[in-house]
Formats: sequence, C-alpha cells, structure tokens
Amino acid sequence: MADPARFEAEALVFADSLYGAALRMTRNRADAEDLLQETYLKAYRAYGRFEEGTNLRAWLFRILTNTYISSYRSKQRGPQIADVDDVEDLYLYKRLAATGLSRSAEDAALERLTAPEVLAALEDLPEQFRLAVVLSDVEQFSYKEIAEITGVPIGTVMSRIHRGRKALQKALAPYAAEQGLAEVPRT
Amino acid sequence: MGDHDPCGDGGTSGLDCDEALATLYTFLDGELTPERRVMISSHLDRCGYCGDAAHFEAELRVVIADCARAHVPEPLLERIRVVLAEEARSV
Repeated sequence: MADPARFEAEALVFADSLYGAALRMTRNRADAEDLLQETYLKAYRAYGRFEEGTNLRAWLFRILTNTYISSYRSKQRGPQIADVDDVEDLYLYKRLAATGLSRSAEDAALERLTAPEVLAALEDLPEQFRLAVVLSDVEQFSYKEIAEITGVPIGTVMSRIHRGRKALQKALAPYAAEQGLAEVPRT
Repeated sequence: MGDHDPCGDGGTSGLDCDEALATLYTFLDGELTPERRVMISSHLDRCGYCGDAAHFEAELRVVIADCARAHVPEPLLERIRVVLAEEARSV
C-alpha cells in the first residue's frame, strides 16, 4: 500500500480540477463530493499500479470518469443525445458578427455572460458532449488524453467536442440576445 | 456558406475561409501538424473575419473555463484525508 503522505502530496493538488469536473458531471454538490472521495480512495488503492512518469492528472480523471459512469450515471436524468446537425459551426460568433459589432463589443458580450448562465448551458448538454467539452475546454486535455480518459477512439472524441461546442453556443445565444448583442432567429 | 470568402483572400494563403473556419477548432486545440498550423495562422493574420472568429472562440473558451472552475470545500478535503489514512491503517 502506498504511503498516504506521498499519495496526498502528489494527487491532492488536482482536487480542485477533479471536483470541478465532478460537479459538471453529477450536476449536484452532494454527489460531486461523494464522487471525488470515491475517486481518491480508488486511486489510492490502485496507486501501486500507476506508472511513474506517466500523466497522473489524466490517470485520476480516468478513475473519476469510470467511477461516475459506473456509480452515478444511472441516477442522472436528462437528454442523452442532442440533435445539433442543423446548428452551424461557430454559431454564437456568427450571430454576433451578424449584428455588425466590433471586436471589443464582441468581447464585452462575452464578459457579460454570467457564471450561472454558462454553467446552466454547460449542464444542459447531453452527458457525452458535456464530458468532452469539460475535458477539452476546461481541463485542456489533448484529444489523445481524452480518448484514454473516456475509453473511446480519437475520432469519436473530436466529434463529441465539436458537437458539444455547437450545442453550448446555441444554448448561450439567447443570453447574448437578451443583451441585444446577438441576432437569434426565432424558432 | 459554400462560397464564403469575405476576406477576398481567394485562397492565396493556400486555403480559403471555409477551410480555415472548418479547421479552426483543431487549430485552437493545438492538434494540427506544424505545416497546417502555419497555413491557418497565416490566413488568420490576413483575414479579418476569420481572425475575429478565432479571437472570439479563444475568448469564449476562457470565459467557459473560468465559470466552470471550482474549489474543493476544505471539509471535503479533510474528509478525504481521513478516509485515506483509515485505508492505509486497515491494510
């Protein structure tokens, strides 16, 4: 069994980022706390099998993701698939560009998005897209690392990130429109 | 958007706006080969529309990441330390 002090020193530095991802996955604080605790316990038990010199953060995220899928996902409700085929690429930018705003006005529109709005849009994403977007845009893992963490091929990872970003931008567009900053077609 | 080429670059940098925008995410994700990277980068420098799009997407990502960042509550961290210590003793 690994020395707990050493494990703590090396693994607990990633607690904030793992906790953030756990919150986004479970979408509630109580489950996120349990998920994080379970992740660290499993990681500690498996630490002897962790290969020195490989990516500890990615390894911890893999355990987090597997634990979430095996123990928490069934409790979740929400859309599992989203139809984003009709959403164009760079959806939000194109809505803003259509209003003829300057770059600084576009930046201001982004700054005016509030954390609750962004988090609501993120948490409304179907789970596979949400996970892919969190791992790429928040945690900045590479496609290859995300493929290893989630256990799917790189092509699938790219597709999920891409579709997740489209769905997220579509969800954010009404908030930008409320500020009069984007033209959103009425549906 | 088929013929979209607002910068009038007409593909002189080796690619048109459609291609640059289609590759934008992969570019921003740092997942292109060095040659492709240079091609896209030179197009973004030259084309206002695509350059703005790249700037916007990069900024949006920063906003999302900032909003999604969290801090572990200290009591939870303490609980995890206790659980790990108990586990170490039990084996």
